[in-house]
Amino acid sequence: MSEHHEQSFWSKYIFSLDHKVIGKQFLWLGLFFVLFGGFQALLIRWQLAYPEQPVPWWLLGDILFSDTGGIIDPDKYNALFTMHGTIMIFWAITPLLIGAFGNFVIPLQIGAPDMAFPKLNMISFWTMVLASIVLLGSYFLPEGTAAGGWTSYPPLSSPVGGIAGEGQTLWTLALTLAGTSSMMGAINYIITVVRLRAPGMTYFKMPLTVWGLWLTSILNAIFVPVIAAGLILLLMDRTIGTQFFISGGLATVDGGDPLLYQHVFWIFGHPEVYILILPAWGIVSDLLSVFSRKPAFGYKVTAIAMTTVASLSMLVWGHHMYTTGMSPLLGKSFMFLTLLISIPSAMFFFNWLGTLWKGSIKFDPPMLFAMSVMWVFGIGGLTGLYNATITADIYLHDTMFVVGHFHYTMAASVLFGSFAAIYFWFPKMFDRKMNPFLGKLHFWVSFIPLNYVFFNMMVLGYGGHHRRIYDPSNYDFLKPMMWLNEYITWFAIALGLAQLIFVYNFIHSMLKGEKAEANPWGAATLEWTLEAPIPHGNFETVPTIYNGPHEYSNPKVKDRDWISQSEPISS
Amino acid sequence: MSEVIAIRDPWGKATTGKLAMWLFIIMDGLSFGGLLIGGAALRLSMSNWPEPGLVLNIPLTAFNTFLLICTSFTMVMALNAIQKGDQKGLKNYLAFTMAGGIAFLGIQVYEYSHFFLGNETLTQHLAEAGFVGASNFVPSTGTYAAVFYATTAFHGLHVLSGVIYIACILYAANKWNYTSAQSDKVEILGLFWHFIDLIWIFVFTVIYLI
Repeated sequence: MSEHHEQSFWSKYIFSLDHKVIGKQFLWLGLFFVLFGGFQALLIRWQLAYPEQPVPWWLLGDILFSDTGGIIDPDKYNALFTMHGTIMIFWAITPLLIGAFGNFVIPLQIGAPDMAFPKLNMISFWTMVLASIVLLGSYFLPEGTAAGGWTSYPPLSSPVGGIAGEGQTLWTLALTLAGTSSMMGAINYIITVVRLRAPGMTYFKMPLTVWGLWLTSILNAIFVPVIAAGLILLLMDRTIGTQFFISGGLATVDGGDPLLYQHVFWIFGHPEVYILILPAWGIVSDLLSVFSRKPAFGYKVTAIAMTTVASLSMLVWGHHMYTTGMSPLLGKSFMFLTLLISIPSAMFFFNWLGTLWKGSIKFDPPMLFAMSVMWVFGIGGLTGLYNATITADIYLHDTMFVVGHFHYTMAASVLFGSFAAIYFWFPKMFDRKMNPFLGKLHFWVSFIPLNYVFFNMMVLGYGGHHRRIYDPSNYDFLKPMMWLNEYITWFAIALGLAQLIFVYNFIHSMLKGEKAEANPWGAATLEWTLEAPIPHGNFETVPTIYNGPHEYSNPKVKDRDWISQSEPISS
Repeated sequence: MSEVIAIRDPWGKATTGKLAMWLFIIMDGLSFGGLLIGGAALRLSMSNWPEPGLVLNIPLTAFNTFLLICTSFTMVMALNAIQKGDQKGLKNYLAFTMAGGIAFLGIQVYEYSHFFLGNETLTQHLAEAGFVGASNFVPSTGTYAAVFYATTAFHGLHVLSGVIYIACILYAANKWNYTSAQSDKVEILGLFWHFIDLIWIFVFTVIYLI
């Protein structure tokens, strides 16, 4: 694994077995889809603020909707919110945090030469590319892409009575392929962490980033196979005439049950939100410590609390289904278990505050984004309690309140977590520094509009605004709130424009940025002991681990305020 | 905090590849669990579910089950052979196992084709089972058929991949002259094959017998 030899362009950059290159490949894929999915969000917002008015040229209205004079028709609107959700969750966040940073960071932080199975890693990425091609291919079908919502509940996704066209079939196939890619990644990450840790790197000396990614992989390994089974059944319904999820007037035989799909979907779907956010929690825990120049407060408790959340997440899927006629006893059990999650969540949240307490905080861009995760996740977590409570949820279900809530937890927390990670590891990935001023500017012009957008979505939802309606101005009770819809849209556009700063900073720094030294942040974890460029095989000699991952401001270390995990502290 | 703590590996001497196969087996088991539990949930909500053996051919499939169990035995013998360094024994037993797998698939294809083409006896049995007027038994015949095809076809694809996997190992064993040092590769293959066998016992019980 660690031999150094000349490689051709193809084996070095395209079908590379090196986890660092595969990580970057996932990063490019994720960044492309973040921009793609974000652009769709702006189109959705345009329709909600200015229903059935032509989309302006700078949102490509006359190109994308040329046959309707720039107006988004209801079918296209359905397709927009369906693909926005699908792409952001499975093609943007998953490749960014799990694919890119899981690949790049795990082996470097545990002192491993590479992933346990480099070939499987390569196949995992190219399966994801295949999934992307299938997904994007669905746009070119005569009746357009999938439009049954990102959850694709039957009968919306059924071959009869559902959305017309085969877009949904390709959606299901693409998701199965993406799931296959995730499963390959999960096996690789789990075995890598179990087997390839450097001597001395015990579980409780692993950086919390690795903890987060590892727990994510375990949840992936358990639950992606379950949704794969469900998707296979949906695919059979759509292609060979079975009726697993079809019932009532649409069915020609007895016994199908659309609720079964909802159960299978959410058995996977609820852990999925933790699959997405656990890496962000881990990264934030580590970054707060690095930029406060203090050991992470309650390191073990944070690790155990994250494990507890991961375990509890397996038992709470029913809280997505309170309004499906579930037995009240079952509903209450799900409510109790869901509310229970707030305890371990609060534990590591207070640990984060404890890490900041009396630290000498440095407000570099990664830290700004890490701290903003605390804010947005705090709001997202607290509003989750309203959705978890049956009595409140029956009113709030399927409103923009839910949209605001899960955008705070999944979109805002995970996106800002990804930005924190990108700003933090950029010097190690590309050997150059990002411009810190543009980074801070990017933070402020993202953070303020983002809160305006998502908080006001919750306000709208509290006023009864349903999440998937095409034209809110059709409803008398929503008319007084149309001004809020317009404001949200303009702030969403500001949020979108702010990302151009990031794109510029990213590309410019990658090509022409200032050369980075080996350890620009003074961080203690192993990847910062390596000089650029890191060779295929990473470590010249296998490092021995002496310290925990957060040895900052240790009084026994004299001339600096950090010591690497692989340096013994002389006392 | 500065003493070196060596990793006390909790997984014994198992190789990385073997751990990965165990993990994969757990994941695959969860997929099968999803299908079997989903099928059971649909069955519970239905008032009429055909009696066992009315439509499905239990004796034929019982023979198929016996065949698959035999291939598990030959797989153990293949591993035993290579652990003793007996290359010829390895190849022979792997070939037996592969042949058994192919025979299993052949019988399954025969079973499917019988259902797809249909005949008078089948029509009569289907009518007794509640599918009045159905001339053949295909996935769209009813939820019973859908559950049957989803589960057995998913398992059949596993047998197919198992057969391909055996063929790969057989090719490798021939090309690189496996010795007892490579017995791990055969052992990992064996894990997968035994899993396919074990899960069939569940599928056979749930789909055919109860």
